[in-house]
Amino acid sequence: MNWWQRLSRRNKLEEQLERELRFHLDQHAADLIANGYHPAEAHRQARLALGGKEQVKEDCRDARGTRWLEDLWQDFRYAVRTLRQRPGFTAVGALTLALGIGASTAIFSAVNPILFEPLPYPHAGRIMMIWDTYEGVRCDVTFHTYRELAARSRSFEAMAVMEVWRPAMTGAAQPERFDGQSVSASYFRVLGVAPALGRDFQQADDRFEGPHVTILSDALWRRRFDGDSGIVGRQITLDGDLYTVIGVMPPGFDNVLAPSAELWAPLQYDAGNIADQESAEWGHHLHMVGRLRPGVGIDQARRELNAIALAPVPESPRPPWAALKYGLIVNSLQGEITRFIKPVLLAFLGAVTLVLLIASVNVTNLLLARGAQRSGEFAMRAALGAGRARLIRQMLTESLLLAALGGALGMVVTEFGTGALVTLSPTGLPRAGAIAVNGAVFAFAFGITAFAGLLVGLVPAWHAARVDLVTGIQQGSRRTAGGRQLVRRALVVSEVALAIVLLVSAGLLFRSLERLFAVPPGFDTSHLLTMQTQYSGHRYDDGNARRRFLTQALEAVRPVPGVAAAAFTSLLPLSGDQYGVYGTRFEDGRSYDTFRYASTPGYCQTMGIPLRRGRLLDQHDTAGAPRAVMISESLARRQFPGKDPVGQRLHLGPLNGPWYTIVGVVDDVKQGSLADRQGDGAYITPAQSWFADDAMSLVIRTHGDAAALAPAIKKAIWSVDKDLPIVRVATMGALLATSESQRRFAMIVFEAFALVALVLAATGIYGVLSGNVTERTREIGVRSALGASRGDILTLVVRQGMQLTGLGVAIGLIGAAAASRALITLLFGVSPLDPVTYFGVVTLAAAVSALACWVPAWRAARVDPSVTLRAE
Amino acid sequence: MIAKPDLPQGTLDLLILKVVALGPIHGYAIAQRLQQVSRDVVQVPQGSLYPALHRLENRSLLAADWKDTETGREAKFYRLTRKGRAQLEAEAASWQRLTEAVGLILKLSAGGAQ
Repeated sequence: MNWWQRLSRRNKLEEQLERELRFHLDQHAADLIANGYHPAEAHRQARLALGGKEQVKEDCRDARGTRWLEDLWQDFRYAVRTLRQRPGFTAVGALTLALGIGASTAIFSAVNPILFEPLPYPHAGRIMMIWDTYEGVRCDVTFHTYRELAARSRSFEAMAVMEVWRPAMTGAAQPERFDGQSVSASYFRVLGVAPALGRDFQQADDRFEGPHVTILSDALWRRRFDGDSGIVGRQITLDGDLYTVIGVMPPGFDNVLAPSAELWAPLQYDAGNIADQESAEWGHHLHMVGRLRPGVGIDQARRELNAIALAPVPESPRPPWAALKYGLIVNSLQGEITRFIKPVLLAFLGAVTLVLLIASVNVTNLLLARGAQRSGEFAMRAALGAGRARLIRQMLTESLLLAALGGALGMVVTEFGTGALVTLSPTGLPRAGAIAVNGAVFAFAFGITAFAGLLVGLVPAWHAARVDLVTGIQQGSRRTAGGRQLVRRALVVSEVALAIVLLVSAGLLFRSLERLFAVPPGFDTSHLLTMQTQYSGHRYDDGNARRRFLTQALEAVRPVPGVAAAAFTSLLPLSGDQYGVYGTRFEDGRSYDTFRYASTPGYCQTMGIPLRRGRLLDQHDTAGAPRAVMISESLARRQFPGKDPVGQRLHLGPLNGPWYTIVGVVDDVKQGSLADRQGDGAYITPAQSWFADDAMSLVIRTHGDAAALAPAIKKAIWSVDKDLPIVRVATMGALLATSESQRRFAMIVFEAFALVALVLAATGIYGVLSGNVTERTREIGVRSALGASRGDILTLVVRQGMQLTGLGVAIGLIGAAAASRALITLLFGVSPLDPVTYFGVVTLAAAVSALACWVPAWRAARVDPSVTLRAE
Repeated sequence: MIAKPDLPQGTLDLLILKVVALGPIHGYAIAQRLQQVSRDVVQVPQGSLYPALHRLENRSLLAADWKDTETGREAKFYRLTRKGRAQLEAEAASWQRLTEAVGLILKLSAGGAQ
């Protein structure tokens, strides 16, 4: 029989015990009667010999070994009864804890897969990411750098490089462009994942001018090919070429390096052109990963690669920009993909801990208030023989049960909160697909519920157990020990302080976002529609065909009703485009990293980028004309301080290219984000570019609603080429919001937490004051009988509340000043000690707590002295 | 009336196991048997007999069945489990060693006084 059976069959055991003892007594009595005793005397003797049947029974129950469980069961039933007797108290307590537990669990559900769980690959901790650096700035590696490292390094069992590949599939109703990756042969081996169907890439696939082969994601395979298992070996047309499908990845494959990638092809760079320094193989545009050999530590790998970097060998000659003399960066893949989101998530964890603490403090206060009312009950139970430990256990059972209710309700909050987090999450959040309410999340919720239950129960339990029998019973529930009041006040002070920390954090983030959106992006973002076109197929192998398309497309788009102006650009501000940075070198040899905009004439007019000097590029800047370039103002100021840059010359991109003459200077444009400080740009026409871009963004200035025009514009473009994929259709307003989504995400979450904290702190103040007023009714009655006016009483109570608030605010401000340092990477344009924020938060907290004080104070002022004094 | 010595700590369990080892037996009979066999020297406090039985049952040293007695009443009969038998042998042996050792020591000190 295990303990559960013993417990569940308790009634049967009791009955058997009774029968056993009865048998004993009867038998003993029968023997005595046989020896000549009178029956009544015989039964008395038998009972005496056994020594108190109930006592024996109790000892037998103890011997059963389930005593603690039976007590627990009793405590539990008692707790259920007490909580049911006070549904209001129970509801408020459980809801408060539900907020704290639910919010914590929701944040955990997001943080756990991103920061704590290993990536979903075998021995994921051994996967590293490798970066080149140039003058301390990290950059992608070149193909030949990768080849050299792969050949010389011994720390890695496999290394791979990859870049973005965006092939288009034409012929269907609408042309479609996919996100994909060009990868070296061992990419999937580095991750440790093999295709579910077909085969992985092999070295023979990844050679210059090698076979056109591709591996599909499970999602693409199901979406476009109906999950046909005969797909392997079939050919599909991508960018006008036939590709043989050689494999399909497994359904659960989470490609953290490019989550949106749906298909892969071998990189097929030319390993033999190491001497040609102008080749793409020497360009910094490859991400690099590697899998460490078992037993090799990250430090060992770092040392080895940096030793290789500093020791060139003759068979691997390096150009100056890939000389590796500034060293290489080796970091874990998980660390790399969470590099930007980690501070945000850690700040969330900190914030939600504060919310949970505030919620717990609030419930502790509620329980203390309950305890004050129940001191008579506790005194009675103690007098009837309940031990102190038993009383504490009883109280803890109650608080744990309350927490369990809160935890169950909290799972609703979690479900909702996790959904909201996923919806709000910034674009490019790593492992967003793994955020879910799963087993780990339930386990966390369970643990934190137990923790909260003990946390909120300890102080009240200790107070309850300290009850003084005599005064407790005599005075009933009217008065409380002064110590309890002191504890409750201290708790309110801490609650206010914690809320202040959250409010200041939320305020700083709010101010940052306000400041950020006040930053001029350098162009007019309203009424601007954007989309990207992608040249697809061999028709566009010729640069002239590409340029011809641009002209024809603009001719088709401009007459569409509602279009004010339109232009193409190779690089679209705030679109998240990462590529497009080239070296600009002036005649004096100084060079800068600049954004290269190959844009059709009329681009600056369409975008509303103001001209500062000279002229804009126009239709005369054709292929045959002298090469003309516009530069951004910051670049002009830096290179030509106090001088007119117009007429000066520069090289853009390859050094052996032609010179461009500066014809104009335009305003700086924020390319990546409004927070960017660096905005050097150079503008040329596509006709005068040394290469024709594969993808061009179309910008359209509209008269009315920009988004509504999208279908008409697409139709106009497809009238020129029906097979041209059009992707990323978005208004500039939407792009702007997306570019700041991480900060906005942080702000919304913090604001939600701060709001909850403020409400909880206010209810905390209210609760303590109104409890205090109830307990001091007599004193207040005496005061007003002695002539205190209603105003005096009001002031008395409000002053007491505001003292608590003031102390809490003071402590909270110190805490906030310390905590806001953790937010520094998320702030923009405001100091962590921003006086406006601090002042605003203090005002808000004072106003809310004044409100919370007012209600009990008003009640106190209405105390009728004759009633209270008579009642005593 | 000669004062009856107290039962040394822990020996009650051993005595119960020994009595039960002779065959299935109910609680009252165990008390009777202990008293008779020890010629009334061992007076088992009946109040502690039942908790001891339940404790031994709980530790799976004893098992119990409800059976009819010769007088036709149903009673709870205890019997020794395999585990109980092993325990009895171990405890009996250790008790034997202890009493021998105590006896030796007592003889020694008696000899020393003469």
